[in-house]
Amino acid sequence: MSGAAEIAAGRALNAGRRARRSLLRAKWPVLALALLLVIGAAALFGPRVAPVDPNRQNLIARLQAPWSLDRRSHRVHWMGTDALGRDVWSRLLYGARISLAVGLVAVLVGGLLGTTLGMLAGYFGGAVDALVMMVADVQLGFPFILLAIMFLLVLGPGVVNLILALGIGQWVTYARIARGQTIAQREKEYVEAARALGQGHAGILVSGILPNILSPLIVIASFNVASVILAEAALSFLGLGVPPTVPSWGGMLAESRDELLAGYWWLALFPGTAIMLTVLSFNILGDWLRDWLDPRLTAVT
Amino acid sequence: MGLAGLVAKRLVQALLVVVGVTLVTFATLHLGGDPTYLYVGEHASAAQITATRVKLGFDLPLTTQYLRFARGLLHADLGDSLTFHQPALGVVLERFPATLELTCTALSLAVVLGVPLGVFAALHRGRPLDGGIMLLALLGQSIPSFWLGILLLLFVGLAWHWLPISGRVPLLDPLFAGDWRTAWTNLPQALPFLVMPSVTIAVFSLARTARLVRSSLLEVLSQDYVRTARAKGLSERRVIVHHALRNAWLPVLTMLGLEFGFLLSGVVVVETVFSWPGVGRLVFNAINHRDIPLVEAAVIVFSLLFVSVNLLVDLLYIRLDPRIRLA
Repeated sequence: MSGAAEIAAGRALNAGRRARRSLLRAKWPVLALALLLVIGAAALFGPRVAPVDPNRQNLIARLQAPWSLDRRSHRVHWMGTDALGRDVWSRLLYGARISLAVGLVAVLVGGLLGTTLGMLAGYFGGAVDALVMMVADVQLGFPFILLAIMFLLVLGPGVVNLILALGIGQWVTYARIARGQTIAQREKEYVEAARALGQGHAGILVSGILPNILSPLIVIASFNVASVILAEAALSFLGLGVPPTVPSWGGMLAESRDELLAGYWWLALFPGTAIMLTVLSFNILGDWLRDWLDPRLTAVT
Repeated sequence: MGLAGLVAKRLVQALLVVVGVTLVTFATLHLGGDPTYLYVGEHASAAQITATRVKLGFDLPLTTQYLRFARGLLHADLGDSLTFHQPALGVVLERFPATLELTCTALSLAVVLGVPLGVFAALHRGRPLDGGIMLLALLGQSIPSFWLGILLLLFVGLAWHWLPISGRVPLLDPLFAGDWRTAWTNLPQALPFLVMPSVTIAVFSLARTARLVRSSLLEVLSQDYVRTARAKGLSERRVIVHHALRNAWLPVLTMLGLEFGFLLSGVVVVETVFSWPGVGRLVFNAINHRDIPLVEAAVIVFSLLFVSVNLLVDLLYIRLDPRIRLA
């Protein structure tokens, strides 16, 4: 076989394998996206869909098993009720709000902060760079959850503080990537051209460099939403999440702890599954985004 | 820069990080304004509040307070726990062996299972086996650890009675006391208690390790020197073990240092689930009693340990990476 034919055959084989692989993979991201849409819909329309008020207590119908019938309202609690007789399904629907909102907003906070600082560090270098990276190193010196715990103990729990604690915990990842990418872009011709045309630093950074470094940041953000949702659930489990009147998945799991040894498995099963499916979807989405937006990142994560 | 220079630079960096850690811990404590209110009960009188403020020095200028805090740290004094009425550092250190035991077992599990799984997946790239391992790894990275712990507790512990649901037989405490004989005789009894909590903590890291090893090995396998080794007619086994793995495991080493810190974070929740008598459960109780000095002590101890482990890993890296060693 001649060299060129060999290469062509190799390419065809490669393309075939790639196509099959992307098909194989495309099935999962589609499923993940569909699942996220359902969860997003639950977060948005939960109050309309939920059969009962998630906080309505009914002490007569405490700890009812799934599929049990409420004799008074003739309503089926298909996911059962908790220790205060609240409908688990309704609480689960409402809980989607906290998980998604906290996950997305915290990543947005951390992403904006980290990208800004990282780009400034990469673009200006020198003392700015040294300072930002020093702070990043210090933050990486902490086991993150513990710092978040202390932060929330001092400032008190609540949605805003939770988002701040989780968001501030994430900025380093974005800063490091944004910095590296900005350094790579800084010396390119288009930046020099913009500079020669008299464009200011802010203009070059935002309209010139940012669009060129965005894709790895988006990939990281998707994985990051997944890990922030897990962290939120863990903090809620420790009693540092949203107040108990706001239904959240982590909080539901925390409440289930007292009933577990008595065998009320449904209190733990449903919210845990909800968390896992949401996180799994964001992880699958991240994998897919990485493959499509930035093949070079494959080795990193 | 010579080897000594690199090591010196890394040591200075670690020292700066330690100073930074103390600054951040101190700043966090003061984020909400006067921290006195964190130290007194809800029904404290004005006189009690003032007395506490003066006693703990919260009426002094912030710089003076930080210097006092740093000096205390150098003398291993982090104030008294509000619930134990003993030095907080001592209370944390007393429970530290239990946590270390769990963390080290979990890390070993992650390495011993994660690395071969990753290698296996990489060698079977694109085949169902690879897909299966990667799917499991994805699941492992998506399951909340404490929930996994609860499920194990419910099924393996409560329903099937395979393993004890809580408790611990000490291993590291006698070992630290120099009594290795007791540690050895305790081992058979200790293992059943260790299994569920350490597996629970390890799953996430195990999954991440498998994924990292796979992609790291795949990257190395596409390098020119691997092709050269194959072209020389070396057996596939020799190519993988002597050429590819040798270079693929360096990024894994760095990751393990970071993983250690991650596992330390994980213990807080998992120890709570299994009532493991370590620092994690201590922190959980401290949260419920708003025992700030205790949490502060745990944060500092964990951070110092984490910084030391990462320093060690980086020094090892300098020692092991021929590109640095021979430069």
